[in-house]
Amino acid sequence: MTRTVDGEHLVGQPIDRIDGPAKTTGGARFSAEHAYPGLTHAALVPATVSRGRITAIDTAAAAAVPGVITVLTHGNAPKLNPPKRPTPANLSTLVSGTQVNYLNTDEVHWDGQPVAVVVAETSHAAREAAALVHVSYERLPAVVDFAAEEPNAVAQKGNPVMPGSAKKGDADAALAVAPVTVDARYTTPQHHHNALEPHATTAVWQGDELTVHDSTQSITWLRKHLALRFGVPEAKVRVLAPFVGGGFGGKGFAWPGTIIAVLAARATGRPVRLLLTREDVHRAVGARTPSAQRVALGADTGGRLTALVHTSVTRTSRVGGQPEQVTAPAQHLYDATNIRTAQSQTTLDWMPNTSMRAPGDAIGSFALESAIDELAGELGIDPVELRMRNEPERNPIDGKRFSHRMLREAYALGARRFGWENRSPEPRSTRDGRWLVGMGVATAYHPAMQFTANVTVRLAADGTVTVRCGFQEMGMGNATVQAQIAADALGVPFEAVRVEYGDSALPASVMAGGSMQTSTVAGSVLAACGKLTRRLSTLARRTGMQGRTPTEILTAARVPFIDAAVGSDTRLGALAGQARMLAKVVRDQRTWAKAACGAHFCEVRVDADTGEVRVSRWTAAFDVGRVINRKTAFSQLRGGIVMGIGMALFEEALVDRRTGRIMNPSLSGYHVPVHADVPPIDIACLDEPDPTMPLGILGVGEVGITGVAAAIANAIHHATGSRIRDLPITPDKLVT
Amino acid sequence: MIPFDYRRPDDIGTAVATVTGNPRAAFLGGGTNLVDHMKLGVAEPELLVDVTGLTSRDIERLPDGGLRVGAGVRNSDLAADPLVRERFPVLAQALLSGASGQLRNLATTGGNLLQRTRCVYFQDVTTPCNKREPGQGCSALEGYHRHHAVLGASRQCVAVHPSDLAVALAALDAVVRVQGPGGERTIPAETLHRLPGEHPERDTVLEHGELITAVDLPGLPFGPRSRYRKARDRASFAFALVSVAAALDVAGGLVRDVRIAFGGLAHKPWRARLAEDALRGRPAAPDEFRAAAEAELADAQPLRDNGFKVPMARNMLVSVLTELSAEDGAA
Amino acid sequence: MRLNVTVNGEPKQADDVWEGESLLYVLRERLGLPGSKNACEQGECGSCTVYLDGVPVCSCLVAAGQAEGHDVRTVEGLADGDTLDPVQQSFVDAGAVQCGFCTPGLVVAAHDLLHRVPDPSDEEIREALAGNLCRCTGYEKILDAVRNAAATS
Repeated sequence: MTRTVDGEHLVGQPIDRIDGPAKTTGGARFSAEHAYPGLTHAALVPATVSRGRITAIDTAAAAAVPGVITVLTHGNAPKLNPPKRPTPANLSTLVSGTQVNYLNTDEVHWDGQPVAVVVAETSHAAREAAALVHVSYERLPAVVDFAAEEPNAVAQKGNPVMPGSAKKGDADAALAVAPVTVDARYTTPQHHHNALEPHATTAVWQGDELTVHDSTQSITWLRKHLALRFGVPEAKVRVLAPFVGGGFGGKGFAWPGTIIAVLAARATGRPVRLLLTREDVHRAVGARTPSAQRVALGADTGGRLTALVHTSVTRTSRVGGQPEQVTAPAQHLYDATNIRTAQSQTTLDWMPNTSMRAPGDAIGSFALESAIDELAGELGIDPVELRMRNEPERNPIDGKRFSHRMLREAYALGARRFGWENRSPEPRSTRDGRWLVGMGVATAYHPAMQFTANVTVRLAADGTVTVRCGFQEMGMGNATVQAQIAADALGVPFEAVRVEYGDSALPASVMAGGSMQTSTVAGSVLAACGKLTRRLSTLARRTGMQGRTPTEILTAARVPFIDAAVGSDTRLGALAGQARMLAKVVRDQRTWAKAACGAHFCEVRVDADTGEVRVSRWTAAFDVGRVINRKTAFSQLRGGIVMGIGMALFEEALVDRRTGRIMNPSLSGYHVPVHADVPPIDIACLDEPDPTMPLGILGVGEVGITGVAAAIANAIHHATGSRIRDLPITPDKLVT
Repeated sequence: MIPFDYRRPDDIGTAVATVTGNPRAAFLGGGTNLVDHMKLGVAEPELLVDVTGLTSRDIERLPDGGLRVGAGVRNSDLAADPLVRERFPVLAQALLSGASGQLRNLATTGGNLLQRTRCVYFQDVTTPCNKREPGQGCSALEGYHRHHAVLGASRQCVAVHPSDLAVALAALDAVVRVQGPGGERTIPAETLHRLPGEHPERDTVLEHGELITAVDLPGLPFGPRSRYRKARDRASFAFALVSVAAALDVAGGLVRDVRIAFGGLAHKPWRARLAEDALRGRPAAPDEFRAAAEAELADAQPLRDNGFKVPMARNMLVSVLTELSAEDGAA
Repeated sequence: MRLNVTVNGEPKQADDVWEGESLLYVLRERLGLPGSKNACEQGECGSCTVYLDGVPVCSCLVAAGQAEGHDVRTVEGLADGDTLDPVQQSFVDAGAVQCGFCTPGLVVAAHDLLHRVPDPSDEEIREALAGNLCRCTGYEKILDAVRNAAATS
């Protein structure tokens, strides 16, 4: 038990998470678990064509099912304001998953777009009725085959945070004359987040006041978005999400289920709960884009990179979607003399893609880090040594300084713990019975960012501290970590701190994404605690209580509590906050190359008979800045690695090229790793604070998954001699 | 899910009569496959007749050294049974390689045999499928068929049967006991499931209303030297790409007798008679095993994306027989 | 139908139950026990795991009619008042919990494993819990939690 650590800093301690007992006893209430009088249940009716126009919807059979209250279609649903086009001037516009105005249009834009919703007294009545809704379509020509569209991809437009392309020197010319080259194509399929909790919404209207329990990663933006779509003032909308059953990016945006649940509650005048089925989760929530990538490397015989080309094609949709920074790692990892990166996109009649854990970096690092391994093989140089020979002093593409970069140290630490020196250089040189054994290595890299969050902190005369901030907790442990930070900053015990979060009535925070929530909230908590400390000193001086406890000072001053706020939720305050945030992000981007990084080492065993791959050992050494809580941070890193194992070996949406329909929308069809797939995972962190981030935090949510698939592919090559460049690496690709 | 009536009759005769009398009635066992199919709309029975309290949950010894397994015996109980583990390890291994603990605790012996294919087009009612709706066409021929059949398929259907248990039973010459409206009959496990031919909608030779009541495992002296091996996409909780069940009897370095069945290759568990015949009397050596496997797989007709199953099945059989022959020699 | 079922040691009744609805639905919506989770409702994730007559099953696949007259124990029935069951405490201590959605099913499955096999090997733990998907933790700390619970009980 580590709840109280007397006389020591709490930051850095492996404190137990504060919501542990609620979650192990079944006491935690998720978004589909709030009871309201008169609660109804909704079920979606998904379109079964990829592009078309609804010509008729027959709802008679559905409406006749006992318990059905209504069937809403574009013919009878209440009006919904269309989403705003995304604009950097209002970041909440980014939160709309698609540009479709659900149930307010007869147009179908993807296979799975909800075209009706049934509201009933029970969920089984709603689902039964939903299956009876008969929709007729005029089918329109649809473009659904990503591979076939690849030649038609167009260059991706850049933005200040994510340049579409980058260039240093003339990489293509350098490649043409390089003595040693690798030039290869890599592909990755569509991945689904598949958080264990399906997206769920409970929506309650009381007059024009709306309360929504939603499994969202973005309380603040979702609230703004709902206010816009339903034409009510933001102050009338409250979004609650104290417990979210995993997100990984899949709950960052407002997807149709949320909007339609609120719409159905408005139409029926009753509370509505809409819990997506696992099939809905695949069809009505964006996924990670598939990609096709080229990495071309040129080097001199000493292994110095003279040319690095990384290009990518990803997929977006006619009704939304976003670019992915697939080639970003190539701009930061290697000190190549000449670099060219370029990203392009195809546009399909498809569900818009969305962020999934380390968007861009997770799949881009697969290609780049596989190619580096291939080059090491061509050169006959150890792949760790090759990386060290090309480790840059400054950001390779533009010469910016690194705020912090300890990749050399991470490699040294990881190699030692893993026993890398025992690796025989030759592929297919180690066998244990029928198992071919191999070792692989790859770099992890994820940019670090800090936004701004509004926070209030109250210090009461009874010694308790209340931190209030509308951040979200999807399991990362943010509530626990912020309590540690506040307790340290104010010199109170951990148990004295209560953290309120997951409610849009609290001061507005950022979305949970981009590995920046902890650092962002920490920055504001520290600032607020600093204000409190200064005010406490003033009170102490005034009352002659210097050096005494907060309780003694406040009691002497006859003050029941003191508050400190950072940021403001007023309209002007919010605008100023947003401007401040953008300015800070842009300034940071211009000044520093800032990132978490690390080194993955793994051992795989490949069954010589079947091509089945088992990951048997893993060591990862990270530079993630300061670690606030080893228990929660290491779990995040480990979870990222395991999701990467899934990406490497099994995860793949089977999209029928003829129809654009996902054919495996279930957890038996879409394989995520099970317990038996996971080896012991040794995690080490250098634990050196980054000088430019609050408490030196660089973020742990995403860096873990980057590089993982490449490390495995490299180990498989080492084990078998087969280089697999198309994920996932299923047994059929290896059996001979 | 379409609503249905639910009945728990008092005896097997009533259950059989009830289902026989209603073409849209179905027996309900552990429900692990049927209930899922009802949720997907793949199965839409109007009456479920629950037989979980009716069929035997006992495993009895037979005089010939075999066992009689009640159709209601749960997969977990069957896998854990000491006699099964001792006499027919291939069966326990097959069961434990399937599904998860929670599902094995629900799934029954009879129900396991009657589970239906995992073909993604069969499971999606919006896509054409001859097995679900004869005459619609087969979407898998030109679609996703990495898991599909390389032996005995037809243009109508290339699905594979997913049961691990059925593969072990086919290898063990098990006999399925069935009660129907006309009384009892027995069916060799090997012929319970059928090839798709022109009627892929029929998985088995059972008539509507026939209920599996037990499975007999005849005594097999070399049953203790048997093994099940399964290749799959992840380490656990996944259906077979290919599986092999085998039992081997070696005397003086020669194969005296052998039983082999493959899973994941066909619309039914594939009893490898050609390989067995090729091996009897031959040296128990990897080259012989390989030649026998190749003889069995010579007629394989892979589709675009499932050709890997042929070398995979061959390698697995060679490995399993090699291991069993080593075991045999040591014993 | 009127459903009679013993839940966490207490006889419970629910009226107007359709025999075809799932035991999971009965527990969550009719008996006020949402601890068992509905992550897939197809038997593919284990988050709805409960004891049915002493063996863990996916409650999403059990029809209410099949539960009639039987004994059910859910995650809510493991703790003794405010004192967590050793398995629950071990999950908290080991850091085996993240988002918490898979946790109740895992706790029940681990509880069952330790009652059947008091000192399981790592391989036995990994295989026994293979029916319980977790997307957050990376499983390692769940393994630790089961090991620790085995050592302390």
